[in-house]
Amino acid sequence: MPKVTVDGIEVEVPAGATVLQACEAAGKEIPRFCYHERLSIAGNCRMCLVEVSPGPPKPQASCALPAADNQVIRTDTQMVRHAREGVMEFLLINHPLDCPICDQGGECDLQDQSVAYGKGHSRYDENKRAVTEKYMGPIVKTVMTRCIHCTRCVRFAEEVAGVESIGAIYRGENMQITSYLEQAVNSELSGNVVDLCPVGALTSKPYAFEARPWELSKTPGIDVMDAVGTNIRIDVRGRQVMRVLPRINDDVNEEWAHDKTRHHIDGLMERRLDRPWVRRDGKLQSATWAEAFEAIRAVNAGSSVAAIAGDLVDCETMFAAKTLVNALGSTMLEGRQTGLSYDVSSLSAVNFNTTIARVEEADVILLIGTNLRWEASLINTRVRKAVWRRRAKVFAIGQEVDLTYRAEWLGNDAALIAKLPKTVTDAFAKAERPMVIVGGGALAVTGAQAAAQALVKTLNLVRDDWNGFNVVHMAAARMGSLMLGYAQSGGIADITAAAPKLAFFLGADEVDFANFDKSFKVFVGHHGDKGAHAADVILPAVAWPEKAGTYVNTEGRVQVAERAAFAPGDAREDWSIFRALADVLGVNVGFDSFDACRASMIAAVPALGREGEIADYGWSLPKGGTAKPSGPIPSPVKDFYLTNAIARASATMQRCSAELLHGETFEEAAE
Amino acid sequence: MADVAFPDEAETRARWGNFAWTAENAAQATKIIARYPAGRQRSAIMPLLDLAQRQVGAETQTQGWLPVPVIEYVAAQLDMPFIRALEVATFYTMYNMAPVARYHVQVCGTTPCMLRGSDDVMAACKNKGLIKGKTTPDGLFTLTEVECMGNCSSAPMVQINDDNYEDLDYDRTVAILDALAAGETPKPGTQEPGRHTVEPLGGPTTLKEMVSGNHDYRGDW
Repeated sequence: MPKVTVDGIEVEVPAGATVLQACEAAGKEIPRFCYHERLSIAGNCRMCLVEVSPGPPKPQASCALPAADNQVIRTDTQMVRHAREGVMEFLLINHPLDCPICDQGGECDLQDQSVAYGKGHSRYDENKRAVTEKYMGPIVKTVMTRCIHCTRCVRFAEEVAGVESIGAIYRGENMQITSYLEQAVNSELSGNVVDLCPVGALTSKPYAFEARPWELSKTPGIDVMDAVGTNIRIDVRGRQVMRVLPRINDDVNEEWAHDKTRHHIDGLMERRLDRPWVRRDGKLQSATWAEAFEAIRAVNAGSSVAAIAGDLVDCETMFAAKTLVNALGSTMLEGRQTGLSYDVSSLSAVNFNTTIARVEEADVILLIGTNLRWEASLINTRVRKAVWRRRAKVFAIGQEVDLTYRAEWLGNDAALIAKLPKTVTDAFAKAERPMVIVGGGALAVTGAQAAAQALVKTLNLVRDDWNGFNVVHMAAARMGSLMLGYAQSGGIADITAAAPKLAFFLGADEVDFANFDKSFKVFVGHHGDKGAHAADVILPAVAWPEKAGTYVNTEGRVQVAERAAFAPGDAREDWSIFRALADVLGVNVGFDSFDACRASMIAAVPALGREGEIADYGWSLPKGGTAKPSGPIPSPVKDFYLTNAIARASATMQRCSAELLHGETFEEAAE
Repeated sequence: MADVAFPDEAETRARWGNFAWTAENAAQATKIIARYPAGRQRSAIMPLLDLAQRQVGAETQTQGWLPVPVIEYVAAQLDMPFIRALEVATFYTMYNMAPVARYHVQVCGTTPCMLRGSDDVMAACKNKGLIKGKTTPDGLFTLTEVECMGNCSSAPMVQINDDNYEDLDYDRTVAILDALAAGETPKPGTQEPGRHTVEPLGGPTTLKEMVSGNHDYRGDW
């Protein structure tokens, strides 16, 4: 634990800390461009110069200098000020003065640090360098003349995204950052380089010239595109969600978000359901709320009612629907739209027990039927970290995909789960932190769940302070729906067998609606997708940024999102729709406001009231018996960019899908 | 270099997509890779790129260059991402990113050579029809101006292919270019009559006793 003095303040820093970190510990701001907490140290921007003694009598780059005992560090001397001014002046030599037309303007490190540490004028009269734009794919827009060569994007692509396709070619003044042969960066995390870029060289293509940061109102939210529960900030101007950025949460998403999280939002403006619709003579016709409610009342369903929850809904919505269905005398609730029917008698057995953050500690990992890169991109980056930093060994059963790290593919046969090859069992026998991740694909295979649960014992996955048995879900609503009892023992098949007279679909678009042909289908959702097409009555509800809500991620972490925007037209918040329906159907749900709805939900399931905490499911495994799964494991995610109704409505996601997954090429508009 | 685009991709791919080591070079490549410790095979990227450039040169009767598919071939052999190999290839000036002629004339223009008359050397090249950064129409010469090649004591100099020609002036440069064009091999090294390497012109001025034997100067101090 070296003790150093920074500007007269004595601080103790952990061994291995850098001088820059020591300065931060002492509360000193050190300007920097290339240094980033989550990337390796490059030390090439030279902005973080400080004076260190003992040491050479010249400014030193603090980001790459280890802190040593009894160092005296000065960050406020004339030498340091001069050095920073000099570096700043050099950086600005080739940086264009195009801030007024630059999308980074207002949130630009170079702008801010130039004001704080720069000279205020330039002595450079020569011609500036100009660099041609590089194509980096449908998400990242480049203006490479602005690049200051910090190489953050290069390091991110290599270290975090695991897609080594960004690099610096040529040398000296001619150095250019580019993707390999200017091909699109084929990573689901490419949008993060936009946040990392300290200048306006890499900006967001879909967001180009859309808004200025100071026009946006910023609301904390939770991402619903997958079950990781990425913490996000929703930037809204007027009624429109302009962009989504990740918030820092080291337990969940660190500070990353994948491209679907960031860029599905243009889908929020398309195909919206903004008024009720009622099917008359086989055709959906626009109606008033009163007419829609009357049509539902006329079904006279009695207690033959069911509710199917979609993948994007929050717990309050599901609770409101559940309360209504229960009040009507039914318990037909299901959240696993696609027909999965895995055993949920113990929630801990279908939970991501290791927790997302501790994935990094694992040393031997077995992936069962999961394309982690698509099902939970930000868990995949953690696994990659375990491989990269701790040399973790990864085995995988399932369809072979590129996971960005080396995995030993054992084959795509569910029988392997019950009969692991000796190399795998040997590796697990020596493991200190063994981990198994079961994906949605495996859960679809009969017996695979039980066989995977049997591994807990055979591979010794659960030890003191470590639980290596994990199930990774893909739906943001999944863990919440299971906590609220949205599960029949036979899955959705139980409900179709019961053929309810009235069925509510809460934004559920992936259901096989043909099985519900005897039911009066009420779609409560926000997008005109498959669910709305099949519905008899459409009640327009709000999409995720337009409501506050509680979400539970795949590790059981309860997180609360705030409302950021307003829904179009006649759309109403989901809870209020079910409250109004209760009156129409003559029952009482016991709440008259969103807060009351949330309060009664927390009263029913207390864990949902503990924000930020991981719900305690206890640890137990259902009695699985001896299962012998067999056959190929299907891949549940067919197209990463088009997994839900909002993404399918998004032009950006359609383009990503067409270009990155299906190899279509797009002509760039000449500028 | 920055404005030199990589040559037409489709065409290069068609020509070089099937690049593979010759038997001799394959053996050489294996030998080179074996020089580096296990797990550090990527370090062999530089000698292998050079070997590849020479093979391309042999196949095209030129000094060779590195078409993108060839870089990819080498990178794949070393199991490294293509962009990392491309970074190396574009960083070092001795890897040619565009085709060069049979004779790659690299004239040093750095200060010592410039003071000793590299402008004359450039003028000689120019008058022989060589244009900086271009290849002559007969495919014989490509002219490049380079930075210091470390021959300052026999400046000015040019490097042509693997040989240095030093102590040049206008006429000597013309003579060398003419000889090369005629298919002859001029004597590499210094062109100054009577000079062997980089010893002082007109005989030594200091440490004269050292010429004949190992002299102990300590007594003279």
